[in-house]
Amino acid sequence: MPDETDLLLRRILTDVLGLKPGQADAFGAETGLFGHLPELDSMAVAGLLTELEDRLDIVIDDDEIDGEMLETYGGLLAFAEAKRAA
Amino acid sequence: MNPVSWPCPLPGGGTCEEAALQFDAGRKARLLIVPALFDEGNRMRRFTVEVMRRLDHAGIDSFLPDLPGCTESLQPLEAQDPTDWLDAMAAAARHFGASDTLGIRGGCLFTPDRLPAFHYAPVKAASILRQMVRARMLSAREAGREENREHLAEMALAKGITLAGYTLGADFYRHFEPMTADPDAAVIAQEQIGGSGLWLRAEPDENAAQAEALAAIIAGELAP
Repeated sequence: MPDETDLLLRRILTDVLGLKPGQADAFGAETGLFGHLPELDSMAVAGLLTELEDRLDIVIDDDEIDGEMLETYGGLLAFAEAKRAA
Repeated sequence: MNPVSWPCPLPGGGTCEEAALQFDAGRKARLLIVPALFDEGNRMRRFTVEVMRRLDHAGIDSFLPDLPGCTESLQPLEAQDPTDWLDAMAAAARHFGASDTLGIRGGCLFTPDRLPAFHYAPVKAASILRQMVRARMLSAREAGREENREHLAEMALAKGITLAGYTLGADFYRHFEPMTADPDAAVIAQEQIGGSGLWLRAEPDENAAQAEALAAIIAGELAP
């Protein structure tokens, strides 16, 4: 069973990218995000992070945001899971 | 739907013409809509007009003025102050004879006091700025530069700042940052609309069901 953070993250990406239901299910750990999807510009990523904070009830410090965490779905998921566990 | 213009007060006295979209059939229920701000304003524009079309069918007139310095306005954005925007929306309300007002997202911060207000998914000014500052930091980082929030905030208060392509003056930043929406407004939450808010979309999008839902809630209160 996929864990809750994974589901929430897929749902947020569905909302931000305007995907059809189920489309985000195809995202794997290596799926590219920031720098790979043209619609995911800095404003969209900033919105995504804010939404992540609201829905996961976490606070993301600016210095925690790095290229690695935003580059792939797996990187973002690992970051979100670590934040929730903290 | 007609594009029209209305006389907007200038801070130093006098007026300038600003644009608005209107559905005006001289009906009793007349809704002034204060649009979402900045980047969200672009993403919510079509949705807002779709809501206006549906309100028209429900027998409600509606008016969507530009904020000075935004959209079609010829006024410089960097010269604006939140007080100017409050004055502008109050003047638009008088000009169009509005009976009620609807704020969308950041627009909720500028709905005129004297009118009964609906606030759709209101957001604090600080949250809007936080997200815009974050976007600026991300794009700087992508370009290989490091910027930090404290430094940007200092700069914003000293001489203004450009965030996500919007140039905000120091006074604007200082006065806007603490603003929150009037707690007495009737809040319409996204849960009542269904689905996720279109302001989240990376690209402007539309959603007929959401436009229908928002118009229906307002029509339920205002329809003749």
